[in-house]
Amino acid sequence: MDMLIQIIVAAVGSGTPLLFATLGGILIERSGIIQLGAEGLMLMGAVVACMTYLNTGSLGLALLAVFAVSAILGVIHGFLTVTLISNQIVCGLAMTLFGAGLSAYLGKSYSGIPLPGSVPKWHMPGLENIPLIGDLFAHLDVLTWFSFLLVIVMHLFIHRTSWGLHLRAIGDNPPTADVMGIRVQAFRYGYIVVGSMLIGLAGADMLLVYSPTWTEGMTSGRGWIAVALIIFARWNPVRALVCAYFFGALDTIGFRFQLLGSHIPSYFLKMIPYIVTILVLMYLGWRNRNKPSGAPEALGIPYIREQRF
Amino acid sequence: MNKQPVTGEVPLNQGGASSSSRFIRLPYRLEYDPSKRVNVWWITIASVLLALIVCGIFIAANGMNPFPVYKKLLSGAFGSSFGLTETLVKSIPLLLCGLGVSIAYRISVWNIGAEGQFAAGAIAATAVTIYFPELPIYISIPLMMAFGVAAGAFWGLLTAIPRTYFQVNELITSLMLNYVALLALNYVVFGPWKDPKGFNFPGTPVFTASQSLPVLGDSRLHLGLAFAIIVVVLYAFTIKYTRWGYELRLIGANAEAAKNAGIRISRHIIIVMLISGGLAGLAGMSEVSGVTHRLMYGISPGYGYTAIIVAWLAKLNPVGLVVSSFLFGGLIVGGYSVQTLGLPSSISNMLQGAILFFLIAGDTIGKFRLKRND
Repeated sequence: MDMLIQIIVAAVGSGTPLLFATLGGILIERSGIIQLGAEGLMLMGAVVACMTYLNTGSLGLALLAVFAVSAILGVIHGFLTVTLISNQIVCGLAMTLFGAGLSAYLGKSYSGIPLPGSVPKWHMPGLENIPLIGDLFAHLDVLTWFSFLLVIVMHLFIHRTSWGLHLRAIGDNPPTADVMGIRVQAFRYGYIVVGSMLIGLAGADMLLVYSPTWTEGMTSGRGWIAVALIIFARWNPVRALVCAYFFGALDTIGFRFQLLGSHIPSYFLKMIPYIVTILVLMYLGWRNRNKPSGAPEALGIPYIREQRF
Repeated sequence: MNKQPVTGEVPLNQGGASSSSRFIRLPYRLEYDPSKRVNVWWITIASVLLALIVCGIFIAANGMNPFPVYKKLLSGAFGSSFGLTETLVKSIPLLLCGLGVSIAYRISVWNIGAEGQFAAGAIAATAVTIYFPELPIYISIPLMMAFGVAAGAFWGLLTAIPRTYFQVNELITSLMLNYVALLALNYVVFGPWKDPKGFNFPGTPVFTASQSLPVLGDSRLHLGLAFAIIVVVLYAFTIKYTRWGYELRLIGANAEAAKNAGIRISRHIIIVMLISGGLAGLAGMSEVSGVTHRLMYGISPGYGYTAIIVAWLAKLNPVGLVVSSFLFGGLIVGGYSVQTLGLPSSISNMLQGAILFFLIAGDTIGKFRLKRND
């Protein structure tokens, strides 16, 4: 039982950054913009969190700085994809490459310095008395609790509020949304900015909770796994939670195997999440060959009034 | 155009991009004209300059004066015969990988897996030296090339099959495969293939003379340059003058029309990914056999990713590819030389990303025209 709890705690720990990034991506893609820059945004989030935290010693300031920088990057992304209607795929790629380069440049002198502290843990009173699973909740930090809250809020927002209806409208059919009086361009900007902030938070969470020192390229493809998770989750926040923890568990499997004294080289165990990502995408592609994938219908199609694409 | 407000307070103003402001009325607006075809060289140059300015701001924020840094970068890359040779040596893998991704981008197959295909080619070429160490040069070099190309092509195929038969986004697949290939590379150089006499250095034994590509005189310029030039010429010729190249251009221009014209797009995707991966594999082979003379940890400073920007800067044009791979080769070499000023070499990665940003903005900004609001 202890073992199982440990595995679940580890899965939640490495799944939470994936969850934040996936939720941010869902918000952006629901508004009809392809989000492929997650890797770069996460790296920027991590490096900004590291720099601010080491220089000021304040977690709150670190998170604020992460939000500010990610929001700026989001505005740039929005300007390119919404205003200038650039190629959204290449734009995401540019965000990834720029984020990787800039974070490596900024973080060079912070590389390998351990952080002075961590995100405080919080346990909801009463939960530890639940038999069997009570222990689980004792290990959760504030950011993890925030991610739970965010899943619920986003689910309700997308499916139960009129703003969520507008969000789905601008992602599925922007001309109709425009005629309804929803300002498509402005909303797309807004969702790109908020979504980018969540993805930046994913990077910060990875740095502050999961591996508390900055190393160059520390996300090692997790941003791209989050892009795949958006597809697995069919653009749905609740499914994103399940998928993120599944991949979080895969991420920790290698480590567990080594503790059990396995002789498989760790390099092969580290390949597991990447290979499983491809296999799951292939399975979904095969299963959904005659069905819609659940993607917003206008995903990747820029919208300019009076213009057909 | 319906000028009447539909829901009372929200006016529908004309035209696209400037419609987001309800309260501020700007004297000018941008109007999008998709039929306007612009491919102006000065937009490309302006993009590079703007990227330099933005990165200059970051350098200045780091407490350095950007001008001497850029000067050092330029002189390190192009200012001496050593620098120029190094730049050429670095531009060989960039050109080969850039050609590979360009072919894929022609038909909108977003292969970003050149890094992994490069590693696969390097591993396979090294396998020849490990398992057949005694071959004469005229057998071992062609065999290494064949293994390198085949491994790269296989790695490309692993991206193409999910794309064509399972509708999987090739961006994710090719990127995931990069990590798999790099982990495999690390496994062999830290594990079974590690040089027993190498003082724990993560690399294979050094290649013998018959496993190394011939070099020009006593410089570091190796035969890979000839491969790259041959491939550029072939690429230019095929795209322009063959039926296959015509079909690629047709798919690139309008995939739907090409499909209706009877072109089998899925077959093209597989062939293109085989070639794309094969070229990156050849780059990997020529790098281990011509430059490092061993497979080692961190063999690529991100050639596969830089190749994406090389291809985009060149607008997939063969002559442009030669120029931009030379420039980016210089950027990598210059990146190393600014380290003497106490700046990290990742400054060149930052510049690359910024250049790509401004390039894609420049791609569409020419399609807007400024109109007076009245």
